[in-house]
Order: sequence, then C-alpha cells, then structure tokens
Amino acid sequence: MKELFPAKQVIGFVASLVLTAIALLVYFTDMTFTVGMTILLATAFIQAFLQIVVFMHAGESKDGKAIYTNILYAVVIALVTVFGTLLILLWDM
Amino acid sequence: MEFLERFAIPHPSPAIYASMVAIALVSIGILAGLTYFKKWGYLWREWLTTVDHKKIGIMYLVSALLMLFRGGADAIMMRAQLSAPDMKLLDAQHYNEIFTTHGVVMIIFMAMPFIFAFMNLIVPLQIGARDVAFPRLNALSFWLFFAGAMLFNISFVIGGSPDAGWTSYFPLAGNDFSESVGTNYYMLAIQISGIGSLMTGINMCTTILKMRAPGMTLMKMPMFTWSAFIANVIIVFAFPVLTVALLMGTTDRLFATNFFTTDNGGMDMLWANFFWIWGHPEVYILILPAFGLYSEIISTFSKRNLYGYSSMVWSMVLISLLSFLVWTHHFFTMGQGALTNSIFSITTMAIAVPTGVKIFNWLFTMWKGKIRFTVPMLYSVAFIPLFTIGGVTGVMLAMSAADYQYHNTMFLVAHFHNTIIPGVVFAMLAGLTFYWPKFFGFILNEKIGKVTFWLLTVGFVLAFFPMYITGLDGQARRMYTYSEATGFGALNMLSFAGAALMAIGFVTIVYNIYYSFKNSSRDIGSDPWDARSLEWATHTPVPEYNFARTPQISSSETFWDSKKNGHELFKGEIEEIHMPNNSGIPFVMGMIFFVAGFSFIFALWVPAVISLIGIFICMAMRSFEKDHGRHISVKEIIETEEKLGGAK
Repeated sequence: MKELFPAKQVIGFVASLVLTAIALLVYFTDMTFTVGMTILLATAFIQAFLQIVVFMHAGESKDGKAIYTNILYAVVIALVTVFGTLLILLWDM
Repeated sequence: MEFLERFAIPHPSPAIYASMVAIALVSIGILAGLTYFKKWGYLWREWLTTVDHKKIGIMYLVSALLMLFRGGADAIMMRAQLSAPDMKLLDAQHYNEIFTTHGVVMIIFMAMPFIFAFMNLIVPLQIGARDVAFPRLNALSFWLFFAGAMLFNISFVIGGSPDAGWTSYFPLAGNDFSESVGTNYYMLAIQISGIGSLMTGINMCTTILKMRAPGMTLMKMPMFTWSAFIANVIIVFAFPVLTVALLMGTTDRLFATNFFTTDNGGMDMLWANFFWIWGHPEVYILILPAFGLYSEIISTFSKRNLYGYSSMVWSMVLISLLSFLVWTHHFFTMGQGALTNSIFSITTMAIAVPTGVKIFNWLFTMWKGKIRFTVPMLYSVAFIPLFTIGGVTGVMLAMSAADYQYHNTMFLVAHFHNTIIPGVVFAMLAGLTFYWPKFFGFILNEKIGKVTFWLLTVGFVLAFFPMYITGLDGQARRMYTYSEATGFGALNMLSFAGAALMAIGFVTIVYNIYYSFKNSSRDIGSDPWDARSLEWATHTPVPEYNFARTPQISSSETFWDSKKNGHELFKGEIEEIHMPNNSGIPFVMGMIFFVAGFSFIFALWVPAVISLIGIFICMAMRSFEKDHGRHISVKEIIETEEKLGGAK
C-alpha cells in the first residue's frame, strides 16, 4: 500500500498550497514593502523549485544530473548578473 | 517622393554612390547569371532548402569570408585615414560609420559565422552523428544570420550606416544624438542574427549531449567538440541578455520608452552594463572554438596526443564561468567605486590562469613531437607567442587603477586586435586550410598558403604593435584625425603599411582557392594530413549520411586508434539510414525576418505587422506539418560507398 500512495506528490501539493497562502498574506495583511517583497520572493522561488522537482520530474530521468547542473549554472549566472548590476549601478556608484 | 526621402543617405559621398552602382550591378549580374546558366533549381534544391549540416557549414563559411572582406575594406579605409596627420580621405561622420560597421561586421557577421561554420562542419562528424539534433532549426539559424547580415550591409546605401560605435552606448545611440536610422539598423540586424545564434546554441548543446556515437563519453570527446560545447553553453546563457538589451534599445528608439535615456527615470549606463554582460562572454564564445581548432591542429602536426586533455577541459569550464564574472572591466572609468573595480580586476586577472594552462598544454603537446610545419601548423605556432602578448597586455588593462590611463586609447585597440587576430582569425584560417580537403576534395596550395601566412603575420605585427606605443602616448581610439604636433604620424604610417600587407595577404587567400581549384590533385584520399579524430574516418567528399555504419568509440582519438592500434571502428552490417527532409520554410522565414527588420528600421508599420504575421504563419505551418523524414536504402548506401572508395 505504501508504494501505491503518491506521498511525494501529495506533500508537494499541500506545500504549494501553503506557499500560495503565505504569499496571499502579503495582500491581506498590512506589512511594510520590504517585508512583503521578501516574503513574495522567498515563496516564489521555493514554489518554482518545488514545481520543477515534484511535478516536472527533474532528476527522475537519466538526465537528472544534467538538469540540476543546468539549473544551478543558470541560477548562479542570474544571481551574479543581478547583484553585480546592483553593485555597479546602485550600491557602489 | 516624400515617402522615398527617408531612404536617402543623410551623409552621402562619391564612394557611397559608387558602391550603390556596384551593388546594383553585382545583384543584376548574379540574377542574370543564375538565369542564363539555369541554376535557379540547383540553387533552391541544393542550398536554399538544405538542412544538411555540411552544406549549411559551407554557406556560413562563404558568408564569413565575404564579411571578412567587407570588414577588411572598412579597416583599410580607417588605417589610410590615420596614416598621416590631418588626412582628408574621410570626414568625421564617415569615419564614425566605418569604425562602427567594422566592429559589428567583424564580430557578429564574420567571426560568429566562421565559428558556426566549423561547428556545423566538424561537430557532427567528430561525434559520429548523421546531422545536428534539429536540422531544420539549424537551417533557420543560418537564414536568420544571413538576413541580419544583409540587413546590416545595406545600411550604408539605404538610410545611412550606424555611427555610434560597435558598442553603441547610450545616450549617444539614443534618438537625441543619433537621428538617422543607422542605429535602428544596428538594433534590428544584430537582433535577428542574434536569435539565430541562440538557436544554434541550443541546437549544438543538444547535439553534443544527445547524439554522440556509442562509447563516446563526455571525456572521450575530441577537443574541438568540447570547445564547441562550452562555447554553445555560453551562447545559451549570454545571448538572451543581448536580445533583451537590444529590444529595450529598439523600443527606446522607435516607441519613445525610457530604459536608457538620461531623464524620466532611464539609466543610460544600464546599456553599457547589459552590453558587456553579453559582450564579455561573447569574446570567449569566439576564442574557445578557436582554441579547439588549435588543439586539433597542434596534436595532428606534432604527431602526439593532446597533452593534458582533462586540464584542457576543466580550464575551458572555468573560463566559461569566469567569462560571466568580469564584464565591468570594459567600463572601469564609468564612475563606480574602487570596491567594484577591485573585484572585477581580480576576476579578470584570474582568467589568465586557465588560459595559461592551455598555452602550456599546447607547448607540451609539441614538446618532443614530430612537428610538420604545414600552413595550419604555422598559424598555430605563431598564435602561441602572439596571443600570449595579447593576454599579457590584457592583464595590464585589467588593473583598474592603471586602466584610467589606457582606457579608450589605441593601447586597448592594439590589445583586443592582438587577441582576436592571432586568436580567432588565425585559427579560422588554420581551420580553413586544415579542413578544406575534407569538404572540397583538394588541398590548398601550401606555397601560396605560406606566403599568406607571412604576409598576415608580419602585417599584423606592423599594424598593431605601433598602436601600443601611440596608445600609451595618448592617441585616443575612434578619433578620425590628429595634428602633426602629436608626433603620432610615423607610427600610424607604419600601421597603415602593416594593414596593407594584411590586405594583400587576404587577397592571396582568394587567389590560393582559385589556383588550388585549378591545379591541386584530387587524389588525396580521406585522410591527407594523417589526422587523429573521427571526422577523418569517413570518405572525402563526405556522403550526406556522414558514416555508413555508426562508429564505435574507444578514446578521444578513435581514428588514430583504428589506424595504429587495430581498434575496429565500424562494426556490423550496413542498415537503412533515416535522414531529415529538405525544407524551404527556414529560407522563407529568413526573408520575412529581413522584411520585418527593414520595416521596423524605417517605422513602416503596415509591412512590419504583415511580416510579423507571416513569421507566425511559418511557425504554425511547421507545427501542423507531418514530416517523418526519409530513408536511404541499404542498396543506395552501398552504391555510394563503392563510388567513394569501397565500404570500409
């Protein structure tokens, strides 16, 4: 019975609902812009990762390693680009 | 008449009118020739609709050579204008246009198609594949590049060339300071060919990851394939930045948005930032495949396997990562603080380490090797010291404090030509000579080739080394003239002499192709250089299916193993081969993109919208088309194999 129950998917589904609910709090409660954006960004990225891993089956095929390497590489370059740009044009200008 | 006025050249000169007449005459000549010799059908069937990676590679090669001459003509005009103080050959505006188009043509429309030519020609053969992963997408990539290149090249006779530098920095490139449509050409032409490059990137990555012959693990790939793979990974990550930046620039110019303006919340420096986030990885996109070619050539003509294979691979992986961490060094003087500049100084200098590893690996490959000084090897041997000098001056420029002295001087111009010419151009010419027999069935004349080599090398040194000195003395780049009192005259005359030698060198290449076509032996077999990797294991000329039977891979030098160590390369029976069908859609789409680009450049909204709809119709047609390819029968394969010299 244990093998038949899709525990991973159910937990993933519940977790994505919880993440959505947390994100909705930003709209319904009164918080500062900074706190709100932090919550939105954090929940958005966790949500995206959850979807990729649980529902888009990254890592389940034999390309799993390549997919994660690719994602990691993309994330690193995106972060470098964004924070590098912020550093150059705002923080250290 | 009022409608047509927009197409007029804002800054005409007799030379431009002469080019207009020349372009018109050549076009009419080509059309008439095709009709007279009844070659329209041949052209359409064999070239315009082809999805064969080898033919697409040859088309890239021809385009790159043509663009080399276009960019070279710009270069020689610039050097002539600067050859003596207060020259009156070109005026300031004309000079601006020429250095802008020289840069764009050489990087985007010469170097890029040149590396794509070699990737297309060599990679599927080196990994034992029948074609690339998405053959039709590959054809579309080429036709988008072609549309972009043609669009860019008509700018100087219709509407005026871009004149804001190949970097096209805002606010200069904005509507306030660049009123003509020139910069629109820049935005749209590079956009169209850039989309093609991005598609090639995805296509080649998939090909290399998915279509390797049995037994070829990643660490058994030939070095050129590795370099192509890394370069394409960089393309996939870097080109989207350019796409977005160009789109923002286009909307700024055409639809009055304020991304890069100086007021209304725009930020002009953001363009420089985006441009170099793409631009710095771009130089590694160009140099890595060149490194790959040198690796193949040096190990072939030293009769030794490549020294330090895995360190070669890891240094390229490291370069690919570092290439995204250095972009600020292109604008150290833009006003950001010392902290930022220091960070980017250090990352920039760090790139010298993996590059140095590669230099030593090539030297150790030659160490105690049996070196044959053929033309490709001569280029490779000259590359090592010349490129090292370029690299060392790069480290000088990387020191942000010192860069305030070098910035925007001829020292910088000397540096990047010192890396790109021995690095990329020499590699392309070496690769051209090396792979020519594989695809055209005869070897280019070695004697003329050596004359070319010496003309180019001596010409290069004479043309660019004086710029280091004038640059340090304060000669600014992109200045169309200088006074006699500066004392730059003599060295600039020397530069001009060098550029003239290089021009003669390039002409000898054309003569060599003509001479060898007439006189070279056609009886050269499939392996004229006694080479090492898989691309030489098939026949010359390469049959459309590449290999009759799928090769079995033992190492990165499988072919050498099969020649010397008795490795059995081709096992089993010949089976039916599944090949993709030709299609005219990529060509048609390329032409529609051309019309769309042209319409956007001149803000002609009706044709712009119609051609955009046409593009979507083409995509829809592809989606609903049922095309399962075709099969080449066993009988046909055996016939072809026998005709080409017996089934191996």
